[in-house]
Amino acid sequence: MEIKGNIMVLAEVRSGNVHSVTYEMIAWGRRLAEKTDVLVDCLVLGTGEGDFEELIRGGADRVLVVSPGMPDSRLATPAASLLVSAIRGERPDIVIAPATTYGRTIMPIAAARLGTGLTADCTDLDIDPKDSLLMQTRPAIGGNIMATIKTPRTRPQMATVRPRSIKPLPADTGRRGEVVRKDYSLEGEWQERFISFIRSEEGDANLESAEIVLTGGKGIKSRDNFKQLAELAGLMGAGLGATRDAVEAGWAPFSCQVGLTGKTVAPKVYIAAGVSGKIQHLAGMITSDYIVAINEDPKAQIFKVADLGIIGDAPMAVQELTRAFKSHSEKGEGA
Amino acid sequence: MDIVVLIKQVPSTANTRMDPETGVMIRDASETVLNPLDEHAITEAARIKGRFPGSTVTAITMGPPAARRVLLEACARGADRGILLSHKAFGGSDTLATSRVLAATIRKTGGFDLILAGEKATDGETGQTGPMTAAFLNLPVVTFVNRLDVEGDSIVARRIVEEGEEEVLVRLPALVTVVRDINNPPLPTVRQYVIAKKIIFPVWGPQDIGMEEADAGLKGSATRVAKIFSPRLSRNTTYMEAGNEAKMAAAATAILEVLKGRDLMKKGEGHGN
Ligand SMILES: Cc1cc2nc3c(=O)[nH]c(=O)nc-3n(C[C@H](O)[C@H](O)[C@H](O)COP(=O)(O)OP(=O)(O)OC[C@H]3O[C@@H](n4cnc5c(N)ncnc54)[C@H](O)[C@@H]3O)c2cc1C
Repeated sequence: MEIKGNIMVLAEVRSGNVHSVTYEMIAWGRRLAEKTDVLVDCLVLGTGEGDFEELIRGGADRVLVVSPGMPDSRLATPAASLLVSAIRGERPDIVIAPATTYGRTIMPIAAARLGTGLTADCTDLDIDPKDSLLMQTRPAIGGNIMATIKTPRTRPQMATVRPRSIKPLPADTGRRGEVVRKDYSLEGEWQERFISFIRSEEGDANLESAEIVLTGGKGIKSRDNFKQLAELAGLMGAGLGATRDAVEAGWAPFSCQVGLTGKTVAPKVYIAAGVSGKIQHLAGMITSDYIVAINEDPKAQIFKVADLGIIGDAPMAVQELTRAFKSHSEKGEGA
Repeated sequence: MDIVVLIKQVPSTANTRMDPETGVMIRDASETVLNPLDEHAITEAARIKGRFPGSTVTAITMGPPAARRVLLEACARGADRGILLSHKAFGGSDTLATSRVLAATIRKTGGFDLILAGEKATDGETGQTGPMTAAFLNLPVVTFVNRLDVEGDSIVARRIVEEGEEEVLVRLPALVTVVRDINNPPLPTVRQYVIAKKIIFPVWGPQDIGMEEADAGLKGSATRVAKIFSPRLSRNTTYMEAGNEAKMAAAATAILEVLKGRDLMKKGEGHGN
């Protein structure tokens, strides 16, 4: 009988630390592993330090730590080269990585070297019960339709997966697994040197990790109103989002854009004010826990994905919310 | 400096509508444009050419015969020549097969220092063709670049990543994919189009680039589209009519309750930003 390969999950290492998106990828790995009865291996490249047991509590069966003298995980060539060596050595059936600038750079290099298929930016993964192939689902044609893609002939089946497309599993302190040191070696040379990293001052990193996101669309009506919306976001401790049309109107910078061509967010509460809910916008926020929509048109598509739908004027909602928040904080009420 | 720019013809998004019943995009196939990020790649190539007199810029595209239009536009924007990869054997290529074709073409033309491409195309949105092509050519790749400087036999590239910006130094030859912040492409002038129209674009197939037909197109692709469907949307929505201020105030209170219920109401501290 053919021995089935494991599921390999590539850890996201940023500045020498395992980033939290890795736990989401492990959660995907677990979900697939339940259906195929194989192990979930979390591959860590470029750092030998960290609480690797935590990755096991997050759902990994084994943590494969590959940390020879790699200069910096941010250099694509050596990182991809190590990934290729690890795939050749471990022979996984499936390899998934976050669809971040890291995953979206080194996965294609590795897939090309291995001559196998890669599907970008998946929002759903599953195993086809009929042929046991990985079903890689992603938005296609500008997000208007979803396509499920398979890699039938070549191995491994590789996919990058959109961050926040799944919740990390709650840490299971009882889980047992193995941390294995691997010394896969770097093949060849690389002509890259890391110079510097400058952390951005801007708050847009906040948008993706914010627990509340307040987004304005064309229904906000004016730049001045949008400014009030931004102030309200500050008052609420919310990340400020915008639709593409609001960005194009010059009301908000591109870094605020939520959607297919902007950021993907999945806050606890997403508030969309004056947003129509076109599919390209939904692509960036549909996995939010709770969605509030404010729109004057009761037939607006955004209401289809909303938990709370408020039919009314968006600028007026901004005003009323601002008033409500101000009186709340003046009263000094706590949570 | 000899520069290659990889470009693609994509459907124009301005001309797309959604079918209200099925939610599927309807578009007029004749409406195509140069992929927006590729405009930035060509503009960057033209800028570098301006700095290093004697440089050449070659635009390469794979696509149907009509894709020569984007080569024409590339030449109007500063490319000196263009190559059209068009053959039935190329049809249905996934990113792996496309990259193989592009790499074979670059190998065939040879003698380049820098390859530029848009970070991704607006139709497929994969961002995989650049890094895969680099891998087939055994070249280093720098992705998501918003600033590029040539220094001697190397480039200094600034990449925009999740939490900030990083700079890397890469020895040439190398492949770089660019994002839209890198420059502001000017509109080509009529004169530039007139000059570009005189350029003849060779049309190449697998034989011309020394490739087996089976390595390209659908046959050479590792991925298959198994199914296409409309995303399903639905939640159980609670509606509130808020046609006047009093009703909107009630709605605002309801939102506050949602936040309180999730422990998201901050104490009376100031949230500056
Ligand atoms: C390839 C592609 C990629 C795209 N990527 C993105 C993306 O990343 N993000 C994104 O957001 N969009 C994206 N879009 C654009 C998207 O299709 C929509 O055009 C856009 O999201 C619409 O923005 P909007 O909701 O602000 O504007 P509109 O669609 O114009 O909607 C405005 C809404 O406000 C409501 N309204 C008007 N006045 C009021 C009022 N006084 N009070 C309350 N409601 C009011 C209207 O009923 C309407 O529903 C993309 C499109 C394409 C083709």
